[in-house]
Amino acid sequence: MTATLTPVRSKRSALTKGQLPKYAPYVVLATALIIGAAVLALIGFNAFGWGILSAILFAAGLVGWSAAVEGSRKAKDKLATCLVVGSFLVALLPLVSVIWTVLVNGVPGIITPGFLTNSMNGVTGAYDNKAVEAGAPVLGGIYHALLGTVQITLLATVISVPVGLLTAVYLVEYGNDGRLARAITFFVDVMTGIPSIVAGLFAAAFFFAVVGPGTKTGAVAAVALSVLMIPVVVRSSEEMLKIVPNELREAAYALGVRKWRTILKVVIPTAISGIASGVTLAIARVIGETAPILVTAGFATNINNNVFGGWMASLPTFIYTQILNPTSPSNPGPSSQRAWGAALVLIILVMILNLGARLIARIFAPKTGR
Amino acid sequence: MSKRIDVKDLNVYYGNFLAVEDVSINIEAKSVTAFIGPSGCGKSTFLRTLNRMHEVLPGARVEGEVLLDGDNLYGPGVDPVTVRSQIGMVFQRPNPFPTMSIRDNVLAGVKLNNQKFSKGEADTLVERSLQGANLWNEVKDRLEKPGSGLSGGQQQRLCIARAIAVEPQVILMDEPCSALDPISTLAIEDLINELKDQYTVVIVTHNMQQAARVSDRTAFFNIAGTGKPGKLIEYGDTHTIFSNPTVKATEDYVSGRFG
Repeated sequence: MTATLTPVRSKRSALTKGQLPKYAPYVVLATALIIGAAVLALIGFNAFGWGILSAILFAAGLVGWSAAVEGSRKAKDKLATCLVVGSFLVALLPLVSVIWTVLVNGVPGIITPGFLTNSMNGVTGAYDNKAVEAGAPVLGGIYHALLGTVQITLLATVISVPVGLLTAVYLVEYGNDGRLARAITFFVDVMTGIPSIVAGLFAAAFFFAVVGPGTKTGAVAAVALSVLMIPVVVRSSEEMLKIVPNELREAAYALGVRKWRTILKVVIPTAISGIASGVTLAIARVIGETAPILVTAGFATNINNNVFGGWMASLPTFIYTQILNPTSPSNPGPSSQRAWGAALVLIILVMILNLGARLIARIFAPKTGR
Repeated sequence: MSKRIDVKDLNVYYGNFLAVEDVSINIEAKSVTAFIGPSGCGKSTFLRTLNRMHEVLPGARVEGEVLLDGDNLYGPGVDPVTVRSQIGMVFQRPNPFPTMSIRDNVLAGVKLNNQKFSKGEADTLVERSLQGANLWNEVKDRLEKPGSGLSGGQQQRLCIARAIAVEPQVILMDEPCSALDPISTLAIEDLINELKDQYTVVIVTHNMQQAARVSDRTAFFNIAGTGKPGKLIEYGDTHTIFSNPTVKATEDYVSGRFG
């Protein structure tokens, strides 16, 4: 037997087409940046225009080069990649910008001694004037607001989670898609769209009618927030309960387990990670609400440990009043510094909540190891 | 610890749709009974009526009598939960509880019903049930590991161990091997042979060789066409059904000339 040798073509395989070199995107990017800068230098340079122009030039250059060398399919692929990455950057821009602005403005507030441990009790415009004019330290802090936010949000969670979770359990396990279940689903959807100020007015009006006119406490704010939270909790818990396989319910029934115990011991534990992260996201959603708290809990400068009595400060309303009504109208600088500091603390709180949701999801997730 | 089942004139409905019509069958205690028939002929539906799992589906209902040693499962005042604790079930796809360890899966039936027992009793029960399901040697060193980490065949045997841990009178198996490879199937079939010393076993299968291998008696179900109710065509000793059936349709089905 003689082996037929196919001569190895020296140049390139018949299976490949032209390919752009690996460094192509970088070359195009550099060229686009240079041309963009040059063009803008003629009509007046600004960074924003430079970015936009360079991005367009980059996309056009890369796609054009690719079309010339690699053919139309690869060129379309490059175009799609440019669009996707571009959209991602556009979406990221405001986020990064917000975080950056808050960091830059908020850090001086946060590192002021006593910012996290003092309230605004007794801090008057005179101190702020002194801080600006004589360089004295900025007094006052957000302790009362932080405490208020934590108390109000905690109480709102305590109200919303049982109501929301039990509603979801009813919808998924007992509703059978009947008239009541469909009505609940409809009204939960409507509730999702309620403007937060309306929720605040509802809670305020409700307590005015039940307890007495002018009732403004942390608890009223918590009720307002739970009006906003419940639909979110219902929706997320419902989705999580729905994806629990029916087989698990049947397996439990077939062992002679009662329905409510099946739900309690099999269905909810299987879905708990999703439910927990849904609840955390719902908390993150309401923790920054301002309007409903203003009309329900009012505003305070002192520490209030009683969520059921007296006006109560919270971080969003603190920011709002510090910016709108600075402690010293002639020197708003210190107030604005405190407001930015509070904003940074609020963002950090939300971030911690999100990290907490991930942690909870990981802890409760069904185990798969061998 | 095993009871017989007598079914009298049972009609099974999904809403207004009659799925299985007029079945009467006597299932002996301590034997293996196989249900065979083409897809959609109602054998799984019928099996689920034997421990009142059928009514879990919305709109599903039943007319007729199912007697467990003379007690009607569908009599007034009968709690389906009591029925299901006496008549266990193993499903087509292995479904161990994903949040529980192997040990907790075996104990699920007892624990979820909130029965109190000591750790020693629990250990004994876990070992006895896993021994009974021929799984003890494979998992005894990793009882605290999650049940979902086992192979498909092991998971199915875990589900059988879970079912026998509640000490039922009857075990229903709905195509227990259809998701398994031949070796795991063999393990389950061996297990079924052992189980019949203590339990009444009813098995639905698409695999006629399997029915011939494991069962003492075989029931053949069939439907006349789409939308028609399924019916019990013939019921008798497995040997007779496979070698000398009296009905033409049965002969066609078991010899492969049908469907």
